[in-house]
Amino acid sequence: METILTKDVSRTFRTKKGVIKALENTNISVNAGELFGVLGPNGAGKTTLIKILSTLLLPTSGEAYVLGYNVEKEANKIKPRINMVSGGEFSGYGLLTVKENLWMFSQFYGIPSKEAKKRINELLELVQLEDKKDSKVRTLSSGQRQKMNIIRGFMTDPDVIFLDEPTLGLDVTTSRTIRKFIQNWLREDRSRTILLTTHHMLEAEELCDRIAVIDNGKVLVVDTPENLKQRVRRDVVLNLVVEPVVDVNWVSSMEGVKGCLARERENGLSLLLRVVLEDDTPIADILAGITNQNARVVHVEKKEPTLEDVFLALVGKGLE
Amino acid sequence: MNLSLNLRAMVGRAYPRLIGANREPSWIFYETFLPVLTTAAYVCIYKALDAPKEFVGFVVIGGVMTAYWMNVLWSMAAQLYWEKEVGNLQLYMIAPMSKMALLAGMAIGGLFTTSTRALVILTAGIYIFKVDVDVSSITHLLLVFFLTLGALYGLGMLFSSLYLLWGREAWHLSNLLQEPVYLVSGFYFPVRKLGFSLALAASILPTTLGLDSMRQLLFPGAHTWRILTVEIETKILAILTIVFILLAKYALDHVEKVARREGRLIMRWQ
Repeated sequence: METILTKDVSRTFRTKKGVIKALENTNISVNAGELFGVLGPNGAGKTTLIKILSTLLLPTSGEAYVLGYNVEKEANKIKPRINMVSGGEFSGYGLLTVKENLWMFSQFYGIPSKEAKKRINELLELVQLEDKKDSKVRTLSSGQRQKMNIIRGFMTDPDVIFLDEPTLGLDVTTSRTIRKFIQNWLREDRSRTILLTTHHMLEAEELCDRIAVIDNGKVLVVDTPENLKQRVRRDVVLNLVVEPVVDVNWVSSMEGVKGCLARERENGLSLLLRVVLEDDTPIADILAGITNQNARVVHVEKKEPTLEDVFLALVGKGLE
Repeated sequence: MNLSLNLRAMVGRAYPRLIGANREPSWIFYETFLPVLTTAAYVCIYKALDAPKEFVGFVVIGGVMTAYWMNVLWSMAAQLYWEKEVGNLQLYMIAPMSKMALLAGMAIGGLFTTSTRALVILTAGIYIFKVDVDVSSITHLLLVFFLTLGALYGLGMLFSSLYLLWGREAWHLSNLLQEPVYLVSGFYFPVRKLGFSLALAASILPTTLGLDSMRQLLFPGAHTWRILTVEIETKILAILTIVFILLAKYALDHVEKVARREGRLIMRWQ
């Protein structure tokens, strides 16, 4: 049986500007032991999906199940067995210490105090936050705070944990510590399940067993990272450096171009253009088009496809 | 219902309030000295008007119960709104505990500071304002006091469901309730003076009957201004306690469903 199952789940929100479709006929199924990624840009519907699965939000239509229970009708059976951590979360109370804050949340799950303190100490060590255990929460940096949030989510030993962009805004070292912890937690017991949303390609590629690519509330594809990359292996992926910065929006509408992503480089003098092509045919026209704008291509490189190219090919635009 | 889980949750949520009281002692000034000044102002008015001596006692008991009313209104009913603003509400809602346990934890945690305030006003009343108390039955007095608190906190839990649904508008609800309740509950005067019908209608608020009963039990002359006899008022308070707690349970469950449907648990700054 699937640990997480959604059947045609849709969710709309009414705003002053009208009705927004956050999710549309979403169908995913996640098995026990899986680290399932939901990859998409901001506003794609990732968080809405997590809120539905974590019982905070009802679907407008369709059905969702976690651990075999219906999220709408059997939320009370789901709650003791799940937890959730969001990136940039500000949970708890600033005047409590890290340990006190974590203990407080453990009590909401009925964990005996002695057991809770033992788990908290173990996790503090694992995520390298031990030196801050007696610091007040209001004195923590965002990275330290997120490590505390990670402990809060995992200390209840949930069967399913929902991680909503858990490394959002964190530095490389802290992100790496958290990613490593997540991987090890799942390896320890394959009956556990993680659903992780992210818009970091590398994070999805490094962590996830399978990935659902989502955009505008629709799931476009679900597969393993390797199979997803295989889909665009026959495509041509090019990196071009263009000087000076010119308008390249026209590239994405050319025949044979599956996706196009343009980023101005840090010096502001040149543009990095990444294109996914069905074959080599449009290359000459792209180069000519750039030259016609009195710009020049100073560097061309053919690349092995990455998950970002999969996204480009599927959605036609980049994640950022 | 998992009793052990809910008791732990209650203690867990009470903890930050107790710790807060220790770590930020500035509350002692704001929660004791200033409320005594308010009570003192009313005492001075009654003394200047040469009102019956019981009126000074009425003010002191009103001052004591004001502390609990304020705690219910701002630190319990309004608290779910604040928890949403700071990002804790979602974590509370996905936790398996009962929301009543969470609210009870807030109430218990707040009782320390609230009772300190109440005790200071009472002490000031007896030693500074020279209030003469003649307790006819301490058991009955304690019963009425705890029934009043039970009904009051039940009412607070009921209000908290509205805060969950209304968000920022609920802030205005607190402002709207604060002063009128002072008036119709008769915090600083015998509510019977507003007329029997209005006093009876105001008895839906636990503080109205609670104050009236406690005044009758503490000051022998108070029966002149009573609404009903202490026995009847005690029975009504017991009924109110049960009704408000049951209503709060129903309202919280219902509002949680509505909030999940409308997405109100996940939206901040609304």
